[in-house]
Amino acid sequence: MKNHNITFKLNGEAVSLSVAPNDVLLDVLRGRLGIKSPKVGCDRGDCGTCTVLLNGRTVRSCLALAVEADGAEIVTLEGANTTREWTRKLQARFHSKNAFQCGFCAPGVILSATELLEKNAKPSSHDIKEAIAGNLCRCTGYEPIVEAISETAKGK
Amino acid sequence: MRLQKTISKSNGAAARNDAAENLDVVGKSVQRVDGWEKIRGVARYTDDLEFGPGLLYAALVESPHAHARIRAIDTSAAEKLEGVLKVVTGRNFTHKFGLYMNDRYIFASDRVRFVGEQVAAVVANDPKIAKRGAELVKVAYEELPPVFDAVKALEKDSPLVHPDLKDYSHVPWFFPKPGTNIAHWRKIRKGDTAKGFREADLVLEDTYTVPRYAHCAIEPHSAVGLYDASGRLTMWTSSQSPFTQRHVFAETLKAFGLSHKDVRVISTYIGGGFGGKAGVTMEIIAAALAIAVPGRPVKLLWSRAQEFYNTYQRLGVTAKIKMGATKTGKITALDFRLHWDSGAYVEYGANVVNAAGLSASGPYKVDNLSVDSMCTYTNLPPCGAYRGFGYSEFLFGLESHITRMAEKLGLDPVEFRKRNVISEGDTLPYGAHMNPTGIREAIERVEKEIRWGVKEKSKDPKKAIGKSVVCFWKAPAMPPNASSSAFLKFNEDGSLNILVSGMEIGQGLLTVMAQIASEVLSVPVAKIRVETPDTDRNPYEWQTVGSHVTWGCGNAVKRAALEAKGRILDLVQRVHCLDKSTLYLEDERVKCRTKPDFALPFRDFVINGIQAEDYTFKGGPIMGSGVFMPEFASAISDPETGQGGHPNVHYTTGSAGVILEIDRETGKMKIKKVALAVDCGKAINPDLVKGQVVGGLLQGFATVLYEDMRYDAKGRQLNPNFSDYKIPTALDMPEEVVPIIIEVAQPDGPFGARGVGEHTMIPCAPLIANAVEDALGVRIKAMPVTKEKVALAAKAEKK
Repeated sequence: MKNHNITFKLNGEAVSLSVAPNDVLLDVLRGRLGIKSPKVGCDRGDCGTCTVLLNGRTVRSCLALAVEADGAEIVTLEGANTTREWTRKLQARFHSKNAFQCGFCAPGVILSATELLEKNAKPSSHDIKEAIAGNLCRCTGYEPIVEAISETAKGK
Repeated sequence: MRLQKTISKSNGAAARNDAAENLDVVGKSVQRVDGWEKIRGVARYTDDLEFGPGLLYAALVESPHAHARIRAIDTSAAEKLEGVLKVVTGRNFTHKFGLYMNDRYIFASDRVRFVGEQVAAVVANDPKIAKRGAELVKVAYEELPPVFDAVKALEKDSPLVHPDLKDYSHVPWFFPKPGTNIAHWRKIRKGDTAKGFREADLVLEDTYTVPRYAHCAIEPHSAVGLYDASGRLTMWTSSQSPFTQRHVFAETLKAFGLSHKDVRVISTYIGGGFGGKAGVTMEIIAAALAIAVPGRPVKLLWSRAQEFYNTYQRLGVTAKIKMGATKTGKITALDFRLHWDSGAYVEYGANVVNAAGLSASGPYKVDNLSVDSMCTYTNLPPCGAYRGFGYSEFLFGLESHITRMAEKLGLDPVEFRKRNVISEGDTLPYGAHMNPTGIREAIERVEKEIRWGVKEKSKDPKKAIGKSVVCFWKAPAMPPNASSSAFLKFNEDGSLNILVSGMEIGQGLLTVMAQIASEVLSVPVAKIRVETPDTDRNPYEWQTVGSHVTWGCGNAVKRAALEAKGRILDLVQRVHCLDKSTLYLEDERVKCRTKPDFALPFRDFVINGIQAEDYTFKGGPIMGSGVFMPEFASAISDPETGQGGHPNVHYTTGSAGVILEIDRETGKMKIKKVALAVDCGKAINPDLVKGQVVGGLLQGFATVLYEDMRYDAKGRQLNPNFSDYKIPTALDMPEEVVPIIIEVAQPDGPFGARGVGEHTMIPCAPLIANAVEDALGVRIKAMPVTKEKVALAAKAEKK
């Protein structure tokens, strides 16, 4: 298998590297680029803990090949932390509500919620639940997470 | 969400404890000390740690058979693969291990006992190569007849899963029956059940079944081991039990010259535990591989499928209940037989069976009681701790049965419960006495919250509404000498570092420990750092299980803080000649009741001491240490009756109620409202207690409504993934959750606190089954209670 040279923007920074055609984006982010907020949870797209933003849309990086990132813009929570306004507002609310417990799902949930609010600043409760339905959380029962997203949108 | 809270006093208990103190920090919903780290995505879990380019990866060779003899293992092809450093089999690791019973090997050596059991491991410099290497290992098996059912495993001609059972060492409170598949048989005989059944106006007998379940923490198990040239084994593990792991690693690998001082376990944040990361499972493999390939770190990361079939699963149970009661609603006798499918190895699971057996009466006063809780080996994956530790399982049958008894007696099911519910001082199944409890109040609060007794109709004629109220209790299941300890150190600026080995598994332990120290020392939570454990640095903790760390570790931290406080007061008395009984701590200062202008800031002396009149310095760094062990506990009792001893330290009790809407045709269920009242003694952080209630309820409802573990006829799990084993998403949330905190202080708890983590999950199954019957008149006696099952039962009922 011939390696491919790919170039993409990762959290605003240009990255170039050589990857095998079957290298998975999640493994490259975690193993070669030191990006640890996307996690390995199920490796088949079920749990959402590997969520990243690819050209502004959430994708499961365990189901994306690294070569698909060529020429794209990738934002992980490490980058969204400082660049995305909704991310910052969401984080403040999640913190004040003690919304997460073990925290393993948090990066994925926060990126899904960021994508939602960037598209729809006035989501209904159902919109919120649907937006994060692909992010499994086993600790919280989701309620504080959904409430925090709703309160963030309302600017409470 | 409304959070309700009630503080009530049990007879005499409040006077003995400090619940009535004026508290500044304890009892407040302070924000989590680990909050920002997790929300910014910078919290590190084991798989996030970096080990540099020398890191090696391991992949396993797993048994395709549920029961077989291993004839030969050929590792030669794998060893020749470029990039493979070593292939490891059971030949090099011949010691058995276990937590309560030594019945496991690190690698199966003579026989395999479940599909997926590890037979060998391949260590390589790349994870893909390790995997390819594992596929090249050839194992010759001779298949043996398997047994998959806990009741069939008791038959005379059943295959024996452990023919050598008689040679296994175990704790003194286990009673295995060599020559059978019974690994432990906990018996309780209290009063006279024959007499009790004679006195009954109604005797009802039935069987309830509960299948196996998986924890489904979103973070898979992960472990890295490094055995270095100094003879030291360092393990980084995703674990609820770093010290217990250290002990098991040291004991099991003793033959390699390791002693406890040589083993160091470092546990970072863990991405959910729920009991699945308690004890030792896959971590022992990583430890063995580190020994086999010294000098380089070796990583073992579980896949989601392995997470299902080779950690612990929750035990399945077939529960046979016979209960008698009088017309006036008094339970006169209970005969409860629990046949546990405990899997291929029960080194931890047998204690689940034990714990359930000790408490199978539920939170009721049952004078004539017979319990047989039997831990049975089968050829399915090993079972162990899962949030609830056996109580969810027996409560499904017990609380279903109690509602049916009440209905047959023409009594209101809630009233029937109230007439039998346990009170402080009542005799427990094993003869000791019940601790203070707010369960009566919990029932009343829940009853009111769901408008019990008011029949409700759905606006949609296709839908029916059912209600139910159930009770629950649970004690920590732990050895009688399980202990906790804490170190606390002041820094120059008056801030604190606290070292404990209780694990932050999401429940908020670090925050709660900071609150307890803050309360005693008047140092704000923001100036306290509590870290996850490293066994070299942090003092001993048995395990973070059984909802006992707020109580046990909290007591140790409180004692450490009190010791530091005592040193501060002694020093100030000595140097400033102030009577220490007049001194107190406030706003990070030592103050004096008789000298209002005296206020000595901590930062002025907690490291560098206090300067005396002659310019010398007195004192030095202020530190504290605290140890807690429940010295009243004992696990030794009569094996035939279970009487004697004090195996459980206390019970946390409560009640839950539900309003359930069901589509009569499709069986689809919607939880309109659920209320759960739990007596946690003292909610040190009410927000975190609320988090346990809301999260625990959904995890509990998942086991009734969605999760359904399936095996094929050969013992292979058919759905070890989240596509086929459904856990709830945000779309499955109940419409309304009402957490209710009851506070009847635990006399020996820190500020009156007792545990709350597991309890919120355990009432869910009977809650749904009873509400389904209330709505549709059908009784489902086998979990899960899925919509399919409900729809089919309702259809059959109509005919």
